[in-house]
Amino acid sequence: VNRAVTRPRPQLPLASAFGRVTDGLAAIARTTSGPVYLVLAVVFLACLIAVSIDGGEFLTVDAIREMLVRSVALGIVAVGQTLVILGASLDLSVAYVVSLASIIGAETMADQESRIALGVGAVLLFGAGVGLVNGLVITKLRVNAFIATLGMALILRGIIESRYQGPVSGIPNGFEDLGFESWGPVPVSVILLFAIVAAGWFLLRYTRFGNRLYAVGGNEEVAKLSGVRTHRVIIAAHILCAVAAAVTGLFLASRLGAGSPLVGTDGGYDLESIAAVVLGGTYLLGGRGGVLGTIAGVFILAMLDHTFNQLEVNPFAKDVARGVIIIAAVAAYSVRWRRRRRRQEAAGTGPGEPAPAPALGGVGAR
Amino acid sequence: MTGRPAPAPQPPAGLGGSRAQQLLAAAFAGARAIPIVWLVLIVLLVWISFENPLFFTPEGILAYLKRSAPIAILAVGAYFVLASGEFDLSVGSLVTVCVVVAARVSDGDPANTLPVIALLFAIGVAVGTFNGFCTTILRVPSFIVTLAMLLMLNGAVFLWTGGAPRGALADNFREIGREGITGIPVIEEIPYSVIVLLGVTAIALYLAQGGYGRRVLAVGDNDRAAALSGISVARVRIGAFILSALSAVVAAILLGGFAGVTAQVGQGLEFQAITAAVLGGTVLGGGRGSVTGAIGGALVLQALFMLLNLYSVESAVEQTVTGLLIIAAVSLAAFRTRGS
Repeated sequence: VNRAVTRPRPQLPLASAFGRVTDGLAAIARTTSGPVYLVLAVVFLACLIAVSIDGGEFLTVDAIREMLVRSVALGIVAVGQTLVILGASLDLSVAYVVSLASIIGAETMADQESRIALGVGAVLLFGAGVGLVNGLVITKLRVNAFIATLGMALILRGIIESRYQGPVSGIPNGFEDLGFESWGPVPVSVILLFAIVAAGWFLLRYTRFGNRLYAVGGNEEVAKLSGVRTHRVIIAAHILCAVAAAVTGLFLASRLGAGSPLVGTDGGYDLESIAAVVLGGTYLLGGRGGVLGTIAGVFILAMLDHTFNQLEVNPFAKDVARGVIIIAAVAAYSVRWRRRRRRQEAAGTGPGEPAPAPALGGVGAR
Repeated sequence: MTGRPAPAPQPPAGLGGSRAQQLLAAAFAGARAIPIVWLVLIVLLVWISFENPLFFTPEGILAYLKRSAPIAILAVGAYFVLASGEFDLSVGSLVTVCVVVAARVSDGDPANTLPVIALLFAIGVAVGTFNGFCTTILRVPSFIVTLAMLLMLNGAVFLWTGGAPRGALADNFREIGREGITGIPVIEEIPYSVIVLLGVTAIALYLAQGGYGRRVLAVGDNDRAAALSGISVARVRIGAFILSALSAVVAAILLGGFAGVTAQVGQGLEFQAITAAVLGGTVLGGGRGSVTGAIGGALVLQALFMLLNLYSVESAVEQTVTGLLIIAAVSLAAFRTRGS
């Protein structure tokens, strides 16, 4: 429904200079995630120059592999987060889902290779259950998504902290392979990430669910009046988001060789995944964006992390720099979007979308 | 605003109706506007008094108000930002920054207290202005701006202190959060923090009842309509962010007194403040809510913590119970305001 509105973009001023160089670049730049890849390229060059001046080597195979592996955990969570944000919702409970999923995986597998499938199944079921509850509370009880998922986060946190103090063993050796094995030079975990990104992209681009999600996120009332069962769409997005977080929990459990009550919160996956999604050009009010932008956002964060480590920047200065970069990038997207809108309005060909309001009104309205 | 369904059906205002009908409609609207939070608060307080018979004494109530003061003040600040349609996630880290900066700069010298407090207010104004500027002028969603601000404040304060807060708060600084005016008949002592809470409430009510408060609600309800009717949306929102940051500074001054100098003093307060405001009927996304409701929400949260404490519920389980109750209370409020 909405793709006709959101997808094809007129030539952008920023992108057109690059677009003349190759058609391919222009095609990328026309998508919503186009400018994100420009930012990615700029950050990449800046990091490359910074590390080179410092006398280090930025582009070693090991470094790239390390950056990719570091992106896997955040990337999977962020793909799920993209879905709920596109539907004008959000999920603040993912960090605790990650932790509890790693624990459930370890407890169910109980050091036996034969129980790996059972463990994976239990974790996925757990994720689906959390997502279902989130979705039902948001749609049927009409609790704002921010509060509903924050409440879910507190509930899961209480369960974790009252029952588990330290790492939970039980991950069989066979399952640890997922975290460490490589097919040729490519780590299995990176393949997992790309598979999930591809699945998310396909889902959004080629399925009815994807269409409806954009429609619901763009304007829930209009979507409902056009016959979309908006509640089902939102609930499904929440289930997928929580399942993605649960998969991340499994991945981290295999990396650590154990379940850990702190693995989710230490990674800051809740807020960081939202930052990655927004850094990836997805509109926080829903209806615009996609997983390809999100994954670029994740890579930007991973690249910054890696560069700061290479330069041995103080970890606290790292947080300051990251904050500045996130604000600057999102400000750039927003300025660009408004400029284009103004031109379209002047030309009388504006898409029927309202101006971006810098608020979470879509979430608040539910 | 995008994705916002049409406003819930309002009771007919009775354009052509009789005066009685109009009064009835107004009374109905008024009754619906009373946040459910006060009913919940009464239930919780009565429950507490069954468990602790000393609660309904002047000392008991004042001690309870004293403990509620910081979160209530933060909730008032959160009200302005939320009602204008924005989020402020940076207040918790701003509280930490204020406490850590005050300890480091004053270094326990009572003569420094006033300049230090002035410095804290300056930091608050700067942080609020920055949040508001990025949100309104640069059009970055406030969720992201204040999230980045949270990262930056935490990073900056630890960078400055080298990871562990140093210094100490002067005794006269700590007294603001701990002591009170003594020698008063019947109640013996009024804690300063209760007086500060009353002062903040008075200022907030004055602002909320006046033109500014109406502009905040108008902007939060529909910023385009507000802009077209001549309201400077940016100015209203920047003001709301400054108020929120100032509330964090005041809360930090009180918390520095009772909690002492730690790097965890402000942790999670942003979510508690937002939760309190939402419990009090403030609608995320803007346009609806009240200062008194936000304070009521903070009192409910504090009563809830107290009750769980009385039952000596393990602090981890306390989280779970809090989460469940928050969802329950907010969904109840949602059904009431939407008239399901």
